[in-house]
This record gives sequence, structure tokens and C-alpha cells, in this order.
Amino acid sequence: MSDASLTPRSIPDRLHSPAARLLASWELLLLVVAVAIFIANTLASPYFLNAWNLSDATFNFTEKAMIAFAMALLIIAGEIDLSVAAIIALASTAMGAAASVGVGTPGLVAIGLATGLTCGAFNGVLVTRMGLPSIVVTIGTMSLFRGISFIVLGDGAYRDYPSDFAYFGQGYVFWVISFEFVLFALLAGIYYVLLHRTNFGRTVYAIGNNHTAAQFSGIRVARVKFILFLLTGLMSGVAAICLTSRLGSTRPSIGTGWELEVVTMVVLGGVSILGGAGSIPGVVIAAFVMGLVTFGLGLLNVPGIVMSIFIGLMLIGVIALPRLWKMWRA
Amino acid sequence: MSLLKSREALLGGAILVLLVLIASRFPGFVAPDNLVRVFTDTSPLLILALGQTVVILTRCIDLSVAANLALTGMVCAMLNAALPGLPVAVILVVAVALGAVMGMVNGLLVWTLSIPSIVVTLGTMTIYRGIIFLISNGAWVNAHEMSDAFTGFPRASILGLPVLAWFGILAAVGMMVMISRTPLGRAFYAVGGNPHAAVYTGISVGKTQFWAFTLSGALAGLCGYLWVARYAVAYVDIAGGFELEVVAACVIGGISIAGGAGTILGTILGALFLGIVKNALPVVDVSPFWQMAISGTAIIVAVTLNNRNSKGKGRIILRRAQDQASEGATV
Repeated sequence: MSDASLTPRSIPDRLHSPAARLLASWELLLLVVAVAIFIANTLASPYFLNAWNLSDATFNFTEKAMIAFAMALLIIAGEIDLSVAAIIALASTAMGAAASVGVGTPGLVAIGLATGLTCGAFNGVLVTRMGLPSIVVTIGTMSLFRGISFIVLGDGAYRDYPSDFAYFGQGYVFWVISFEFVLFALLAGIYYVLLHRTNFGRTVYAIGNNHTAAQFSGIRVARVKFILFLLTGLMSGVAAICLTSRLGSTRPSIGTGWELEVVTMVVLGGVSILGGAGSIPGVVIAAFVMGLVTFGLGLLNVPGIVMSIFIGLMLIGVIALPRLWKMWRA
Repeated sequence: MSLLKSREALLGGAILVLLVLIASRFPGFVAPDNLVRVFTDTSPLLILALGQTVVILTRCIDLSVAANLALTGMVCAMLNAALPGLPVAVILVVAVALGAVMGMVNGLLVWTLSIPSIVVTLGTMTIYRGIIFLISNGAWVNAHEMSDAFTGFPRASILGLPVLAWFGILAAVGMMVMISRTPLGRAFYAVGGNPHAAVYTGISVGKTQFWAFTLSGALAGLCGYLWVARYAVAYVDIAGGFELEVVAACVIGGISIAGGAGTILGTILGALFLGIVKNALPVVDVSPFWQMAISGTAIIVAVTLNNRNSKGKGRIILRRAQDQASEGATV
């Protein structure tokens, strides 16, 4: 190595041009994967390229993705919430109980959102006030929240929802564009702005990259984290409204295992599980990838459990391949 | 004093209070043969929690244990259905080996590619579950397809205890010896306590984590056979969600999720606590639907208490160090 390469003149003004950075980005890689899956699906099944079928396919991921947006922020900030699916169960149970005594649709929505917020606040207080590790706290509240649903419902179910409540999960805004898909797109926009265009978003990255440095630079770390837990709880409430409305019934086992699918979606979207890195566009594309894979394989009569193998392989593969590539080149 | 304040003593006390409370109304619950039954029922949870403890000690987490258990169980059941004459000893070896291999897959991904363990095991969890479906086509292996030797083994009685309970005891004792008397056992603590310092003392962090996952996998494989043989049925969803109960047992037992802190005794008590609660609910006539909420509350209470303890300790150490420093300055 000659020292000449280290002279100031040879240091470029910018390390990578924006175009080069985009080409090497995680989001582009995911987009290529998504397009490849789309083409493969089109070739594999004659029923795939149909507006109504594709519209149905979006239901596979819209509800999970709504939670994934908030979860992405939480994971970027270095925390995690494994209780989201349990919050869905509790919020759905609360709405079902209210519906059975004749509460109308606006009241049900308010109850769903309030339950989500309360659960999020509970997690947030335990993590930020008591200083407990979020993974343990939310494994605990996951049992607690769903446990309350089981205590209330046992092996029963709530079914008597008002008929106009069905709109959130079954309604269409325009042609094949469902209400859920519109909500998904809207929330994607809101979270994009929140994470990438506001001070709040910058503080989320700062906390995830160096918790202590963030504290010393005047960021109210505990408050930001508390807000993120609130948001995750709120989004779980929103997802609970959509899912309950779509299914039209509530059982305590509603949404079982979703916490892991949501985390998978977030990680697949390029968010570092260690915190500090990730983007909303990545999560959006990951949502499409997961939805397309599940739907495409479903059209080919592949059972759901086999699809989960693909999701698992994808999760490990997309993280392992770049690392293998780096090791191979080194 | 330190003994009284320790987590293990606290948890042991809580278990005793729980037993006394139950016994005051239902003396039959603490009858020796019922306690044996409770312990036997808790053994699979205990064995899995022991493996999980080692993994958590090294700052990792293994969410694939329940899927590993189910896959090994299915393989054992299908093996038995296909070759009824195969001795149980061979099946045991197959179970432990298969479980260990699945643990090694986790361990290798964590070690060589340094992918966070939660991501790796989240992935392998769904993959292992999916493989069960692929090999079984979603079909069940039922009791009538299994040989008597296969299903009878965990229930066979040795010195008044079922073999299943003996496996729980053996695993607990073996793990205690391993963790306190072998270099590998100490390495688990070193890696979790301070990975950088561990490297400087010549311990490979990745390799230690690899062995932790292998151990956890082998124990999960062992449980796979025991579980399937005990309940005499194997299907895709057995022990679904059990991985979280296993983590819960560790957390209640005082294993710090941040790694490097906790004892095997704590894990044993944590598993027993959950096992007693689970078995006591029907006895005290509380709907079993309460179990989930109770174990959730127990986790939150336990982690809160553990946190208090460790905070107190930190302060005391500082004060002593401060005292020593000021003494040194005056002398």
C-alpha cells in the first residue's frame, strides 16, 4: 500500500453517489425479489394476474404490515414488542364484549383503539419507568393480555357485531381497492414521514445507534421509547379492528403467532434487529414480498405450513446471503 | 443474609407458600405420589428450560426448541411406526442426535455468520415446523401405530419414579455439574458476562454459543421422543408456543436475558413454579384458562424483582469500592 492513496486529494467529496447507494441498497434487492416472485407467480398460475385475486392477496399482509410500521420504529430504537398479537386478542375481546351489550360501531372503534393504547402504555411503563428488558416484559404481557382474553372468553366466541362494523375488514373504497389497503397505504405514508422526515424520526435512529450518546445529546430517550410503545399498541388496536371486522368473530386465539410474522416482516424489510438501521420503504416491500409468496403458493395449492418454510428460509437467507458474499470477497 | 436475599431463596419461598396455600384446602395435592405426578408432568419443561438457560447465559435466545421437539418427536414416531422392532435405546440416540443437529444449524448460523440469534431461531422455528408437515403430510401418528415398548418407556417406573422424571433429575444434575465444574460451563458465563473480556481470555464467543445451541437442541430432541411417547400421539402442532413457556421458566428462575447471570437452581425452581401452578389450577377449581394470565403475571413480577435485586447489588459494590478507595487515600 502506498501512502499516496491517503493524500487528501485522492479522497472523494462523496463516498458513494446517490445512484450507487440506491443500487446497493437493501430496498432495491427486495424490490427485485418482489418482482421476481410476481413474475414467477404469473407464469406458475393462470389465476394470479386477476385484479380481484390480487386484491384478495393484499389481505394477507395489510393488517400485519400496519403493526410492522410501528414495530419497525420500535426495533430501530433498540426495543421489541412481542405482545402485539396478544394486544389484538385483548382489543378484539373488549370490542366483542362491548358489541354484545349493544355498543355501536364508533364506540367499538374507540374501544379497540383505547385497549391498544392502554396495553402499549402498560408495556411502555414497564420498560421505560422500571428499566426492564423489553423482550422479557413483552413475553410476559403477551401471556397476560391473551390470558385475559382466555379468562373472559374461555372456549366461547363473540359474533354479534353490528353490520356496518364489517366495512373496516370487508369494505371496498373504489373497485378492487379495499378499505384495508387504503389504510395500509395511508399509514405507510404517515410512518414514512414520521421516521424519515421529522426530528422524532432522527431521535429514533439516534437512540438505536447509541442509547447513551442520545441521552447526553438531550434526547428524552425514555419518553421517545414510551411513545413508540404507545404507537405499537395503537397500531395493534387498529389491526384488531380490521381483523375482527374481516372475520366477524372473536376467539381468544385470534391472531396467534402474528408477533413473529410481524417481526419477520420488519427484519426482512432490512431493519436491523440490533437497532439503529432500517427504513419504512423496506418494510412496505417486505410486506408485499411476504403477501405475494403466501398468495402465489396458495394458488398453487401449497399448504400454509409449507409457505412458512419459505418465509423462514427467506428471513435467514436475505440476512445470510449478504454476509456470505462479504465473507467470500474478503 | 445473602442466602435469604438470593433470588433462589425468594423463589423457593414463593413455591413453598404456594404449596402450603394449596395444601390448606386440598391436602391431597401435596401427597407424595401427586407431587411425583406434578414433577413428572413438569419434566419436559424443566429439561427444555435447562437447555434454554445455557443459551440465554451466552446472550442468545433459542425460539426453535418447541419446533425442534415436535420434529424430533414426529421422526421418532414415524421410525417406530415403520420399524416396530427397533429398540428404544436406538430411538433415544436418534432423538438426541437429530435434536443436536438442529441445534447445530442454529449455532452455526449464529457463530459463522453472526446473525442475531432471535432472527435465526425465529426462522428455523418456522422451517422445522414446516418440515414436520412435509415428512408427515399433515397426518397424525396415533397410539395404535406405536409399539408398547415405545410408549411404555417414559412411564416405566424405576425406584418409584417414572423414567420421564428420572430424565428431568438427570438433566438437572448433569447441567449443574457441567456448568460449575467444566471449562465449557464457565465459558458460558464468561461469554455472557463480558464477550470482549472472554475473547481476551482465549474463549471463542461464537464457538461457545454454538455449543450452547447444540446442547439446547440435544435436550429438545430428547424431549421430542419423551413427549410423543408419553402422550402417544405425534402431529404437526404438538408443543405449539411451548418455546415461550420455556423462556418464561428461565426468566422466572432469575436468568438474566442480558446474559451471564443466573443459576441452574433458579431455572429448576422457575420450571417447578410454572408446573405447580399449571397442575394446581384444576385442583383448586380455577378454570385452566387462567393459567396463561397467571404465568404472564409471574414473568412480569419475577423480572421486576430480579431487576430490583441487581440494582441493589450494584450500589453496594460501588459503595464498598468507594470506601476502599477513600481508605487507600487516607493511609
